[in-house]
Amino acid sequence: MSYSNKVIDHYEHPRNVGALNKDDPSVGTGMVGAPACGDVMKLQIRVSDNGIIEDAKFKTYGCGSAIASSSLVTEWLKGKNLDEAQMIKNSQIAEELELPPVKIHCSVLAEDAIKAAVANYRSKH
Amino acid sequence: MSLKLPIYLDNSATTKIDPRVLEKMMPFLTEEFGNPASRSHSFGWTTDKAVEHAREQVANAVGADSKEIIWTSGATESINLALKGAANFYQDKGRHLITVKTEHKATLDTMRELERTGFEVTYLTPETNGLIDLSKLAAAIRPDTILISVMYVNNEIGVIQDIEAIGSLCREKNIIFHVDAAQAIGKIDFSLENLPVDLMSFSAHKCYGPKGVGALYVRRRPRIRLMAQIHGGGHERGFRSGTLPTHQLVGMGEAFAIAKASIANELPRIKKLRDKLLTGLQSIEEIYINGDMEHRVPHNLNVSFNYVEGESLIMAIKDIAVSSGSACTSASLEPSYVLRAIGRNDELAHSSIRFSLSRFTTDEEIDYTVKLLNDKVTKLRDLSPLWEMFKDGIDVSSYEWQEHGERDIILHN
Repeated sequence: MSYSNKVIDHYEHPRNVGALNKDDPSVGTGMVGAPACGDVMKLQIRVSDNGIIEDAKFKTYGCGSAIASSSLVTEWLKGKNLDEAQMIKNSQIAEELELPPVKIHCSVLAEDAIKAAVANYRSKH
Repeated sequence: MSLKLPIYLDNSATTKIDPRVLEKMMPFLTEEFGNPASRSHSFGWTTDKAVEHAREQVANAVGADSKEIIWTSGATESINLALKGAANFYQDKGRHLITVKTEHKATLDTMRELERTGFEVTYLTPETNGLIDLSKLAAAIRPDTILISVMYVNNEIGVIQDIEAIGSLCREKNIIFHVDAAQAIGKIDFSLENLPVDLMSFSAHKCYGPKGVGALYVRRRPRIRLMAQIHGGGHERGFRSGTLPTHQLVGMGEAFAIAKASIANELPRIKKLRDKLLTGLQSIEEIYINGDMEHRVPHNLNVSFNYVEGESLIMAIKDIAVSSGSACTSASLEPSYVLRAIGRNDELAHSSIRFSLSRFTTDEEIDYTVKLLNDKVTKLRDLSPLWEMFKDGIDVSSYEWQEHGERDIILHN
């Protein structure tokens, strides 16, 4: 598999790896994918009182492009409000990382992870 | 000695040509270019002599008579000739064949082709250690079974089948027995003099010889007959036509001679290195060894690193050249069919790494590999939500996962 330098950079130096307390009311958690499919992404956001994403963390089980896709979205999410976060499209992720066609599903998974995290946060409020 | 990267630990895929082998081959790529079939001048006489010497070397290495060795282009062709040749010749006796699900594709795809032309094939499932249960094999035999094909050493998990016992069963039932021995040369010291095998396939490049050359052993007593698959010129007593590649055959002969001469010294040395690798990896939690450790060649170690995805692991350990059972690294989309056949689930099949050692593998290389795997598996598990769940005491396999949605499927098409 030949990856772009951006994928390799995110893979070798993943941003914002870690976990937030999922029981904290200011934290939204999204977990998507399945081990049998080879990809699982866990994405967490911490939202401030005025609705801005202050922090984002991820953990991903998957190939290099799945790790890079989730690492990239944690960077993009910070500073956005929830509506802006939900506007992030898988095509933007795929374009930014120059994902090969067989790896487009990794960007889809990252978009799904954002939606799941936002939905989880909203369900608490 | 300084360490040269990347480290080659994929010797079940192919091996480096031994310099001693190359040296023997060189004259036949330069001065000695004659066609071994040319009977009318010294150019042909010289190369014919070299080809027959190489045939003797191969025969000696496996305990056969040189008249029982047919040159081919490699183990794949040998297997095709053995299976199709015997099935076609003996089809009036019966049209049922037996093989095993963990065989190489050269056997499985040839069997599929035979099914297409009207043969019936039983594909046995091995036990979870990769070995065949002899009673299950015996139960699969029918009155119309004409041939059984089993590999000596599995290419992915390195397990050694009990060829003597299977062969005895075949003799008793009057069934032709073919053995794919591509991965056995230089790894098992056997002799066809006392092994009840009728047909055996060999490759040169799995034991430090050149690619593109192999051989098929065809027993003379009791005599096994084959329908030729490649026609023209009647070379190799009609079994396999085509001008003989002298340099390749000389290389194969030398590689087999060296394998025979050095096996006694090599096996303990390689086993020591493999065991060192195994011990070094056993400090990592949640690893699973694939295949039986006792009935196994010392060159092979196949390990699944649970909660780490195979392709990302391969990316992380790019300083070492290894194979993975992960679908992402192969041409097909399925994870290793061998690991699936021995009952490993998709996750463990995806996260498997095959390390295969050679006579050129060094202590330093194993030390480096152990450290690299320890570091990178730790790094990837720190990234893995599955590892986090495991550590929190959540059963990952019984967790209710949301499978990929419809939108995803549309994008796949």
